[in-house]
Amino acid sequence: MNEIKLEMKDISIEFPGVKALDGVDFSLTSGSIHALVGANGAGKSTLMKVLAGVNTHYTGQISVGGEPVEIRCPKDAKNLGIEIVFQEVDTALIPYLTVAENVMFNTLVNKMGKKQIVHWNEIKRAAKAVLEKLNVSVDINKPVSALTLAQKQMVLIARCVVEKCRFLILDEPTAPLSNSETLELFRVVRELAKENVGVVFISHRLSELYEICESITIMRDGMLVTNLPLTKELEVNTLVEYMLGRCYEDNYIKKACKIGEPLLEIEDLTEKDGKVKNITITVCEGEIVGVAGLVGAGKTELCKTLFSAYQHKSGTIKLRGKVIRAKGPTQAVKNGLALVPEERRKEGVLISDSVVSNISVAAMEKYTNKLSVVNKKREKEDARSMIRDLGIKTPSENQVVSLLSGGNQQKVVVGKWLNKDSEVYIFDEPTKGIDVGAKQDMYELIEGLAARGKGIIYATCEFQEVLSICDRIYVMYDGEIIRELKAADTDEKELLYYSTGGK
Amino acid sequence: MSGVEKVKKKGSLGDFVTKWGTIATMVILFILFTFGNWSKETGSSMFLTQSNMITILRAVSITTIIAVGLTFALAVNGMDLSIGATAQLANVFVMTCFVWHNINIGISVLLTVVICLSVAVINSILIVKFKIPDMVAALSVMFMYQGVSMTYSKGGAITERMTRADGTQAPGLVPEAFRALGKEPWLIIIMICVVLFAYFFLNFTKHGRYMYAVGGNPEAAELSGIPVARYKILAYFLSATFASIGGICLAARVGTAQISAGDAYLMPSVCAAYIGFSVLGAGKANAFGTFAGAVLVGMLENGLIMMSVPYYAMNIIKGAVLAIALAMTYASGKTKNAN
Repeated sequence: MNEIKLEMKDISIEFPGVKALDGVDFSLTSGSIHALVGANGAGKSTLMKVLAGVNTHYTGQISVGGEPVEIRCPKDAKNLGIEIVFQEVDTALIPYLTVAENVMFNTLVNKMGKKQIVHWNEIKRAAKAVLEKLNVSVDINKPVSALTLAQKQMVLIARCVVEKCRFLILDEPTAPLSNSETLELFRVVRELAKENVGVVFISHRLSELYEICESITIMRDGMLVTNLPLTKELEVNTLVEYMLGRCYEDNYIKKACKIGEPLLEIEDLTEKDGKVKNITITVCEGEIVGVAGLVGAGKTELCKTLFSAYQHKSGTIKLRGKVIRAKGPTQAVKNGLALVPEERRKEGVLISDSVVSNISVAAMEKYTNKLSVVNKKREKEDARSMIRDLGIKTPSENQVVSLLSGGNQQKVVVGKWLNKDSEVYIFDEPTKGIDVGAKQDMYELIEGLAARGKGIIYATCEFQEVLSICDRIYVMYDGEIIRELKAADTDEKELLYYSTGGK
Repeated sequence: MSGVEKVKKKGSLGDFVTKWGTIATMVILFILFTFGNWSKETGSSMFLTQSNMITILRAVSITTIIAVGLTFALAVNGMDLSIGATAQLANVFVMTCFVWHNINIGISVLLTVVICLSVAVINSILIVKFKIPDMVAALSVMFMYQGVSMTYSKGGAITERMTRADGTQAPGLVPEAFRALGKEPWLIIIMICVVLFAYFFLNFTKHGRYMYAVGGNPEAAELSGIPVARYKILAYFLSATFASIGGICLAARVGTAQISAGDAYLMPSVCAAYIGFSVLGAGKANAFGTFAGAVLVGMLENGLIMMSVPYYAMNIIKGAVLAIALAMTYASGKTKNAN
């Protein structure tokens, strides 16, 4: 089989305010499986999106088999035989169409030409043939909505194969998969490599890469670190070092806080569908507890299970030594829990309401008399003082929240819970998408809470953050807590080692 | 970037239209009808008379009462299409209480409202428990209850001294006091009370606040500790309650229960509540807006009849006015409950 080489040279791309890629070289040979790794925000996905024709304003050269090419739209990429399977498989599938239709989707949409009538037998035959070739057993007449995540991925990969793809990019395909599903995926990927397809495998789970990839590219801060053959001699630790590069010294230094009695004790908590398993966590008064893990490790699921937004099937939650039963967020809030969710706009703020209503919404009983009539004057006063205390930048308390910046929206969410005077605050990626100054404010705010004797759970994939702000850190991997560490005794390297599945 | 910089500048034409468009339309229609119906003999307008204004108010009363119920459903970003059928059930049931069973006013009215709440129970089960989209769930309930009313009245109208299925004459009469409820001033007073209640409830109580929160962002509402399902159920109960009050007023006004009389109020009510979104740029379902919407629809109907527009062409104009009002609301993209 003739080898075709895909080469990217000196690729740079800028987004408003950030240089996401800076002179990156990357190459891939057909028939090989190549790993692409890097910490969060290293630019892996950005680079692959250039190949897929999603990020179109890049500078630099791309060539396929020695011929220079331009990829300025997804169609260009497809014509070159480059296909990408994104992590969110659901965005690329149509749930109520059958497996066959989804596999043959492109044929149905783009290759019909003047034909008006669909030859279902042909479509089904072709879909079946592809799935058989990949050795995947899925009923082609099933609607995609009835499939498991792993099967959905297979459908997408099959779709790429139908398109005669020469280069296939898999963006963190294993993150949501179980072990056996991962093995199945590996088998299919090897099958493809045999068919002379070049595969790029993006993953945070470093240990699994040894099983499947022949070579590895490591990126950091939008730049290429190195290209290496991936052999047993190359240790996970070395990879981690390459990913982190120089040691980050975060200039934020935590003030010491008095740690008191245990406030929240979670024992052996398992989510109903097993999204998180056997969670045991303790949070004391005035303590900031970190939950560190890579994207997809189950941090958000953990936060939501603690908050009873997801039901749990076993385990106990104790608050100040008393077992509490929480059937839903309403009760969790009554019990004194507060959640600052990751999806700020969708889950945190009432986006089209005013700052006042957002700040008072969880604590309405403070402002209502026996007839539930709201005392708007007091509500307004409290909102004003909260705006002042938290330094929320807004022209007035009546401003609609959607017009505030991300950092200020986040402060509004925190303000909502401060106003409620909750006991345990769960922060899920609180600094996601907010600028440096606002980050600093957020740290100070969280420490202020701890100083007042509140318990804090701080979930994030930014390891420097947990190291600088937390007292203790739980490391998550694949829905479970696999390590508990003291922040003072650990470093980024160790965190990354455990959160990539190191044991 | 600070939030302050991001604030859009106000005062553009689009903003003005969104905020004042509906009111302006009302004023323009009012002027148009006043001079369009000028009588040369008396030297005054036939439209702008005290009795005609009261006629309009009376006509919009029932629409308003039913539409206010719908306003609650819209506030939680739901949609209750069963209000017309509920009103019809109330209309038929309250009449049979008087005519067939000779029950006194108080108990009849109370019994009617309670019976009509069964609509809300079914709506709640379908929407909250089985998670059927609001609109289709209420649609199926609408069909169901249209059938219930028809079956209950044996497919006919309910009138005083009607001959019942077994050949006997119905014993009861409609009390005069009940008929008074369907005339001014009482009908208008009831309407005003209903609007004030809804206005107060939605704007000044925590329940109203929660409802808007649920309608605006159910996930965030849930994660803020609001019992989302409970407030959806409450909204559908309020919707059914006001629909049944509307149906009772209809019975009082007409004095009989005609087939499908209540069903006819569905579309004007939906119109009124949706036009209400745009009144004063509220961008969400609100009591005062709903009232204004009902007045707009009622005035349009009244004025057009006076200008001798044939009844069969009326819906063309009513539909067009609704479309324009909705365009003014949605075009600016500011609407809260717009999906």
